[in-house]
Amino acid sequence: MNLSNEYVQQRLVEKFGDQVHSFEEPYSMLTFEAPKELNLKVLNFLFDDVHLQYRFLTDLTGVHYPDQAGRELAVVYHLHNLSAKHRIRFKVFTDIQMPDVYTATGLFATANWMERETFDFYGVNFVGHPNLKRILNVEEMDYFPLRKEFPLEDQTRIDKDDAMFGRG
Amino acid sequence: MNEQHIRLPEGSIEKTTTTLNLGPTHPATHGVMQNILELDGERVVSTEQTIGYIHRAFEKLAERRPLYQITTLTDRLNYCSSPINNMGWHLTCEKLLGVQTPKRVDYLRVIIMELARISDHLICNSIVGVDAGAYTGFLYVMQYRELIYEIYEEVCGARLTTNMGRIGGFERNFSNTAFEKIEKFLKEYPKVLQEFEDLFIRNRIFMDRTQGTGGISAERALNYGFTGPNLRAAGVDYDLRVQQPYSSYEDFQFNIPVGTTGDNYDRWLVRQREMWESLSIIDQAYRKVQDFKGKEAEVYHADAPAYYLPAKADVYTKMEALIYHFKIVMGETEIPKGEVYQAVEGGNGELGFYLISDGGRTPYRLHFRRPCFVYYQAYEELIKGSMLSDAIMTMSSLNLIAGELDA
Repeated sequence: MNLSNEYVQQRLVEKFGDQVHSFEEPYSMLTFEAPKELNLKVLNFLFDDVHLQYRFLTDLTGVHYPDQAGRELAVVYHLHNLSAKHRIRFKVFTDIQMPDVYTATGLFATANWMERETFDFYGVNFVGHPNLKRILNVEEMDYFPLRKEFPLEDQTRIDKDDAMFGRG
Repeated sequence: MNEQHIRLPEGSIEKTTTTLNLGPTHPATHGVMQNILELDGERVVSTEQTIGYIHRAFEKLAERRPLYQITTLTDRLNYCSSPINNMGWHLTCEKLLGVQTPKRVDYLRVIIMELARISDHLICNSIVGVDAGAYTGFLYVMQYRELIYEIYEEVCGARLTTNMGRIGGFERNFSNTAFEKIEKFLKEYPKVLQEFEDLFIRNRIFMDRTQGTGGISAERALNYGFTGPNLRAAGVDYDLRVQQPYSSYEDFQFNIPVGTTGDNYDRWLVRQREMWESLSIIDQAYRKVQDFKGKEAEVYHADAPAYYLPAKADVYTKMEALIYHFKIVMGETEIPKGEVYQAVEGGNGELGFYLISDGGRTPYRLHFRRPCFVYYQAYEELIKGSMLSDAIMTMSSLNLIAGELDA
């Protein structure tokens, strides 16, 4: 069965009404958003519905938008229906003060480490995760390094004197 | 299984299992990763994997780099097949920027990517042999990995961390020596691969060591996000080169080998068969490249002046070329706003690049979907209840590359 972006969008709107929104197609991949409380309901629907069957979680990651008050952190799911060869992208946004998002480990075993990685770098607290601890960074670390408030060294800084390095 | 191997005197409070630290620098892990195994005699009761020993924060670094400087970061993911990572990254950029590559570039890329796949599978399969006690195969095939590295060297000047190609094509046309070496490879390698295969495929010791160990069902493998040879060994014919062809893979004829049980033996067979298919793809691509004549045979990059460095002679004589040269080198080219996901079939499976651009000069966010990282979490399920020696074999037949695990 072939899936088209329009069809998936139509099914989602039928099921969830205007709670799923911001439908876009950047570079022809259907992208949409839902409130974070609904993330499991949406994922379950996409997983179980006989016509949709998005049963492969390709990727799960976080993004930090410091300027969007109240929705600073995004969790992005890339889902794939292997037999229909169709990919979609699903986002939920959360407040940075209370970054609680339900875990998808019940549906996808692969979400385990992906969520640990997202927690490690962005501090998203996946509620119900069986083993939510840091994975790539040391456990004693007390900040979330991929957030935008930690800039890499500024290359235009003036306190570095090039003459000291044999340049100029 | 139910029998307890360690027997303690009545009333003892000592624990009945042994804790074994495997790694992070154990020679059998083939990379920096740690496994804390709980053993009952020689059987694995449980394991906890610790990774991150060579984490280098590539995703953070990428947020301050212009696109062309990120290629060097991708080299260091799966360093057994860096050209595939490089090409995957260029394809991502080209998708974002809307650059169309000429057919000849696509075919040259296919040659390089398939050579890289062969060198990747070659390492994995021969190392599985080493872990089963067969060193000969490993030493024997290394001379052909060396030949592949010589081809890389001829194309881009580097061997391991290749930084090969540019956005829109290659930095220079393939030299005649490069083509001669590819021809030599096509001529000599099949015989060696056949010999290597004959050493193992019906070897009783090798079969006993690999069959029925480290197996996984197709359903569990999909749930765990397996891709690449490890998923195909479990019987799912998911290959991105066919599913969502990139770089003109649709122009080639090849088969996707699949296994049935997903155990170590099937993984080995799938990788072995894939090398034969890769050889056939290289052969087809080489012929297609030879078919370009005259001016067409000189094409090695797309016409994308804003992203592809102009020829040096033009930089000295033409104003426009000088401006582009300066803007590209200094990373002062604004990239379009957008969100792309591009995946390629890497040596280990689906290598994905998720790139968000906010219209600045560097990515706003870049995430690597690393196949190793995704499937290594299934390791505990794969080895639970098996012997310690099988756990080692399973680790090497999964082809874990620490660089890809940790990013």
